[in-house]
Amino acid sequence: MTNTADLTALSGAEIAAALAAGETTSVEVTQAFLDRIASHDGAIHAYLHVDADGALATAADVDRRRAAGEVLATLAGVPVAVKDLLCTVGQPTTCGSRILDGWVPPYDATVVTRLREAGMPILGKTNLDEFAMGSSTEHSAYGPTRNPWDTDRTPGGSGGGSAAAVSARLAPLAVGTDTGGSIRQPGALTGTVGVKPTYGGVSRQGIVAMASSLDQAGPVTRTVLDAALLHQVMGGHDPLDSTSIDAPVPPVVEAARRGDVAGLRIGVVRELSGEGFQSGVQERFDEAVALLTAAGATVTEVSCPSFAQALATYYLVMPSEVSSNLARFDAMRYGLRSFPEGVDDPSAEQVMAASRDAGFGDEVKRRIILGTYALSSGYYDAYYGSAQKVRALVAADFDAAFAEVDVLMSPTAPTTAFPLGEKLDDPLAMYLQDVATIPANLAGVPGLSLPAGLAEDGLPVGVQFLAPLQADDRLYNAAAALERLLLEQWGGPLAPPEVSR
Amino acid sequence: MTGNVTGTLVPVDEALSRYAPVMGLEVHVELNTATKMFCGCPAVFGGEPNTNVCPVCLGLPGALPVVNGKAVESAIRIGLALNCEIAEWCRFARKNYFYPDMPKNFQTSQYDEPIAFDGFMDVEVEGETYRIEIERAHMEEDTGKSSHMGGATGRIHGADYSLLDYNRAGIPLIEIVTRTIEVPGDKAPLVARAYVQQLRDLVLALGVSDARMDQGSLRCDVNLSLKPTGSSTLGTRSETKNVNSFRSVERAARYEISRHAGILDAGGSVVQETRHFHEDTGSTSPGREKSDAEDYRYFPEPDLAPVAPSRAWVEELRATLPEPPVERRRRLQAEWGFSDLEMRDTAGAGAMDLVAATIDAGATPAAARKWWLSELARRANEAEVELAELAITPADVARIQALVDDGSLNDKLARQVFDGVLAGEGTPDEVVAGRGLAIVSDDGALTEAVDRAIEANPGVADKIRDGKVAAAGALIGAVMKEMRGQADAAKVRELILSRLT
Repeated sequence: MTNTADLTALSGAEIAAALAAGETTSVEVTQAFLDRIASHDGAIHAYLHVDADGALATAADVDRRRAAGEVLATLAGVPVAVKDLLCTVGQPTTCGSRILDGWVPPYDATVVTRLREAGMPILGKTNLDEFAMGSSTEHSAYGPTRNPWDTDRTPGGSGGGSAAAVSARLAPLAVGTDTGGSIRQPGALTGTVGVKPTYGGVSRQGIVAMASSLDQAGPVTRTVLDAALLHQVMGGHDPLDSTSIDAPVPPVVEAARRGDVAGLRIGVVRELSGEGFQSGVQERFDEAVALLTAAGATVTEVSCPSFAQALATYYLVMPSEVSSNLARFDAMRYGLRSFPEGVDDPSAEQVMAASRDAGFGDEVKRRIILGTYALSSGYYDAYYGSAQKVRALVAADFDAAFAEVDVLMSPTAPTTAFPLGEKLDDPLAMYLQDVATIPANLAGVPGLSLPAGLAEDGLPVGVQFLAPLQADDRLYNAAAALERLLLEQWGGPLAPPEVSR
Repeated sequence: MTGNVTGTLVPVDEALSRYAPVMGLEVHVELNTATKMFCGCPAVFGGEPNTNVCPVCLGLPGALPVVNGKAVESAIRIGLALNCEIAEWCRFARKNYFYPDMPKNFQTSQYDEPIAFDGFMDVEVEGETYRIEIERAHMEEDTGKSSHMGGATGRIHGADYSLLDYNRAGIPLIEIVTRTIEVPGDKAPLVARAYVQQLRDLVLALGVSDARMDQGSLRCDVNLSLKPTGSSTLGTRSETKNVNSFRSVERAARYEISRHAGILDAGGSVVQETRHFHEDTGSTSPGREKSDAEDYRYFPEPDLAPVAPSRAWVEELRATLPEPPVERRRRLQAEWGFSDLEMRDTAGAGAMDLVAATIDAGATPAAARKWWLSELARRANEAEVELAELAITPADVARIQALVDDGSLNDKLARQVFDGVLAGEGTPDEVVAGRGLAIVSDDGALTEAVDRAIEANPGVADKIRDGKVAAAGALIGAVMKEMRGQADAAKVRELILSRLT
């Protein structure tokens, strides 16, 4: 297997199998992806930084160890791309923000450590909305990422870079983070699989915090099995993150291989479809439900009334935490430092203000101000306090629903990929993109989005499964079943058209 | 009438004839855990600046805190020793504000859910017992340390530049907050002093802090307001920050009583503000104004799991508490046979532990008390330091007394040995040897000196020969003079009498 185009067409599991069988080497595979990045990423801008030397060094090391007969991890030698919200030794970590321009962390995120320990070459850092705030990757200070299905459209956000990289075959696997849908919504808009594990299932250590109680790292891949394999590598308890769950990763790989929905009770969430959802999205979703029913699943409609308030709740909790988490970016110790114009001998506060003005984009500033307001004395009870109460109601709705069914289902995003610039000046319209994904983050439950075909506009549609806390394996089981049923129907995976630079 | 009335200082006695002081004391105790509150960095005092730091205590992006279990244990033990309830479940909160020496720009602290609350401590002052109610004892992290260079005052205003040392950032603190203290008559400053002193004894007995006030590991904020005698309306308070000796606690309280009374007498209003205490003048000066508008935007720390100490653990810790200081004092008084007055003086001088340790090292209670409360108290007073800060150990004191007891030294020589030890000349034995202070008991040298004295004072010698033994004193004096005091007077007398009778 020496044709590089073939190598980038393989899934992660297929690359792992080819490496294990000695049909190719990690250096060959890694070089194939680096070549494709060189020839295609100009049109997509999935990457903010590519580390060819580092990736090839890891690949060579894995090849040497494999040749020496060492027992290696399943994904050893399979390249991966990492969202630029994760700290990486030796590679810049900008979070898509000017304020961290050129910052190279002195430590790796635990997830990155685990990728390295598994022998996975890290191709580079993928683009994102600044500090993961946005649903289109247009809020990146380094320019937007384009959707491989239509380069005039967004790939979704905030993890648009990771999703587009996988969709355009610029990486077989990628890591994303999902605070309100930032893995699943771009997954839906680019036709990739995206998983938000149970909160605490994957360490947050070394992932620059957007909203600590909501952030969750997860896999972005082209197949359900790949997602499970990557999930297995990334997940598990981390003593450096006190919110990390002290329990083994659920048997996700086994579930992804099983994919059996006979007798599975599926609940369709009434509040997460219908009005506001594009007709083509709704149609693909309904077809997916029909396929699952035909395969032996029991599908019922369930109601989660508090989900109607989830978006509003999210937009109080999230910016509150943002306002606190981003306070450390004060130009004192790292990152950008700007000086106010026309001021001799500026004070520390003036330098800080000038640096933040130059370093933060509009969306970040908007959320910091919202959060500062929501937490301020006199408003705390009305806003943050109320939001926490609704958050508990959302969790209770999940509990009630999961007493009736094994998994829940909905469309992942209300629309297919929208044109670049369309929602940029309308924050509220942008916020609605995450209406179906946010409830899972508020409650901490796991969610998975997978491609369900193309809408009438020829763009991918995603459907999401949701499962109870720590029952991530149920997502993989249901999604693997649906994935197989869809492939049978389509006769092969759906792929975006080739784009040149 | 309000406004910028400063008034003149009113003598405390006079002030207290018209006003009643209302105090609140906040004591910060730095714990002596091996590592910091939320990371594994060594929690040691001093060290090269910025050497005991890591991404967590520097607040670098992506770094996450993990609670130090030993610090929680120390907090619970302090709470139990202060007769507090221990929370079954509590959380940390973020206290959001900006300061350059606070790396995250929020302090991880406890707000409405302290680990310990509703306790009390009985404080003895001049034989009276006062019950100080404890509102709470909560855990928090210390901040870094700023040094403002190049200015005249050492404060930030006027400085050329500032240096930041984050070694202290993240060291665990327990903040112990009293309810309002209202003590009749003129005892308030003494009660404040005794409370801090007794609290220090307590944390030392618990072994949870080295409680060095000079190094800031135990520091007190004195909140004080005055209300007209008989009134129930609270006055406006001032908050004198970081007072760092027992004496200063008393002096700060006295100064603020005088200052507030002066303002109120002149018809002015006390400004609510923080104030700095000046050791040299015993006065306070304004810090920053603390208006009601200050808003820390507290909210539960989402990066930390809640703290839920099991009841079994709490009871286990309760069972290992040391003897409460007040009970210990009663026990020691009985063992030592001290009068109430002697015991009060000993405690008042902060000498209880020193006397106890000196007795443990072999001295009698009377001798131990004599040296610490007379000789050493005088020197501590001259140097304006606490007794415990003198460069002499209880073992040294016991050794000096032992040398007196065996006739090697007399009291006068012993004082010179104290001088030598305090001046850093070594152990008592080294000082005796180095300064040549031992009493001369060599019969040959003494006999020669006696013979010379007899020769030089023939009239006196004749009187003794005539049976007027009392006249020997004059010859003893002459011998002692020649021997520079280093002779055993009894021995000299014996020799004189044996020669002349």
